[in-house]
Amino acid sequence: MSLILDKINYYYGKGTAFETAALKNISLTIPDGEFIGLIGHTGSGKSTLIQHMNGLIKADSGSIYFNGQDIYDKDFKMTELRRKVGLVFQYPEHQLFEATVIKDVLYGPTNMGLDKLKAEVLAYGSLRAVGISEDLLDASPFELSGGQKRRVAIAGILAMNPEILILDEPTAGLDPMGRFEILNLLKAIHEAKGITVILVSHSMEDVAEFAERLIVIDDGEIKYDDEPRKVFAHAEDLRKMGLEVPQCTELMGRLADRGLDVDRNCLTIDEAVESILNGNRRK
Amino acid sequence: MVNFDKVTFEYIRRDEEGNVESINKALDEIDLDVKKGDFIAILGANGSGKSTLARHINALLTPTEGTVYIEGLDSKDEDNHLKIRQKTGMVFQNPDNQIIASLVEEDVGFGPENIGVPTKEIWERVAFALDKVGMTAYREKSPNNLSGGQKQRVAIAGILAMKPECIVLDEPTAMLDPKGRREVIETITELNKNEDITIILITHYMTEVIGADKIFVMNKGNIKLSGTPREIFKEVDLLKEYQLDVPQVTEIAHRLRQKGMNLPECVLTVDELVEALATGDRG
Repeated sequence: MSLILDKINYYYGKGTAFETAALKNISLTIPDGEFIGLIGHTGSGKSTLIQHMNGLIKADSGSIYFNGQDIYDKDFKMTELRRKVGLVFQYPEHQLFEATVIKDVLYGPTNMGLDKLKAEVLAYGSLRAVGISEDLLDASPFELSGGQKRRVAIAGILAMNPEILILDEPTAGLDPMGRFEILNLLKAIHEAKGITVILVSHSMEDVAEFAERLIVIDDGEIKYDDEPRKVFAHAEDLRKMGLEVPQCTELMGRLADRGLDVDRNCLTIDEAVESILNGNRRK
Repeated sequence: MVNFDKVTFEYIRRDEEGNVESINKALDEIDLDVKKGDFIAILGANGSGKSTLARHINALLTPTEGTVYIEGLDSKDEDNHLKIRQKTGMVFQNPDNQIIASLVEEDVGFGPENIGVPTKEIWERVAFALDKVGMTAYREKSPNNLSGGQKQRVAIAGILAMKPECIVLDEPTAMLDPKGRREVIETITELNKNEDITIILITHYMTEVIGADKIFVMNKGNIKLSGTPREIFKEVDLLKEYQLDVPQVTEIAHRLRQKGMNLPECVLTVDELVEALATGDRG
């Protein structure tokens, strides 16, 4: 089970005077069960890339294989791909439309042609997974708080039982606690169900803490594809791409530059605190 | 400049017959006093009333009870609305919803043209405003091809062209990449310092408000804390209770202090912590 992108090229305005390459020769392998962060400045090609992954955009050249099958083959069932690669857009709560929470989440599995009972099992299960309590099932989605709405929207995708879950900035506009809840929720779903998660984010702190693998895209090309710790060691290069390193990584780098005995590659507050205390003890 | 006197605002929900179904008190007897030239930040969880408060400052909403004065003008009097909106401009979260014209210069000139400013003066104001946000080079470009940070700067220029005394920004960086966030914060900081424009910034990014003169923390329609960034961010635990956070370096310093290290009570920037750790007696 995997998703393989092989030498993908995609152009905006192909054949016109405004033709620009949005994706250049992208090759990627997404095996089962990874938690991947995807970063890049606005317009770098992140959204175009993830829309290739579930067939919403067709590459101008190159191939995509889902579980060994060429998705551009005329016998390939695109509806299967769209179900198994769930895409949660930015501000997904704007897409809630049903009269009640449960009906909204049931929409996907029912549309897949599942019988009522199976659809309900999936819908209830995914609402439980995102932490929406049962007393909210019959509430209107529009009565919920921002964070709750977003979780209901994610449940709607989860109810399709995807193998890969791609989220485009799922924490934009949420308060710090709301961010933390959504990210922990993704981690829990990833761990419990073994679902591959691809998190598109503008928050370096978030991908540093949660992703196991980090892909950096700049100007339609993959610049880094490695462990977050190794990627964030390239602070200068990332800044040139309009990105950053987490504040604690910046701090540790600066301390190491000043000759302190600390690990310059810390990614989280916990790691930074631990490293500074250890360095202090050794002194 | 901006005065709130016991301002209460209620969102009233009615059923189909017009009977009151529920009342949600979004602002609860808020007192607020912002002086000309201040840089104010407002923090608070989703649903704490921040945006409702912001919308009172340029009379998009008027109080259910109490009074809002903008430079002495009572916002309840509809005759004052035009004057109030010229004095206080608003920038919202999504840059794409705020851009209306096909060229940057036309977008910036839209406001003054609407209030009947003579053509020559419109162009002077457009030139001035674009210069102040560093977007002069894009004057004759289409706003569609700009990055998120550039679009927000154009939105700010559109307000500057109205010669405002105060700019209210409601999560202007929520949808931007790290570079875009930095551009917007640098722009408004310069406008505050060099043009003496009062800034009221609402955000969920704690690192963006460390340069503010004063921070107000909202929770459930009330202002729970107010003070300088240093006074606010030393309340690490209290802020978490209000679903907020502190900058990563502030938290690292706070935890190191708890472990007995000799550090200043509230550290706000990477520079401060590097200095304290590299030079100070670390206990």
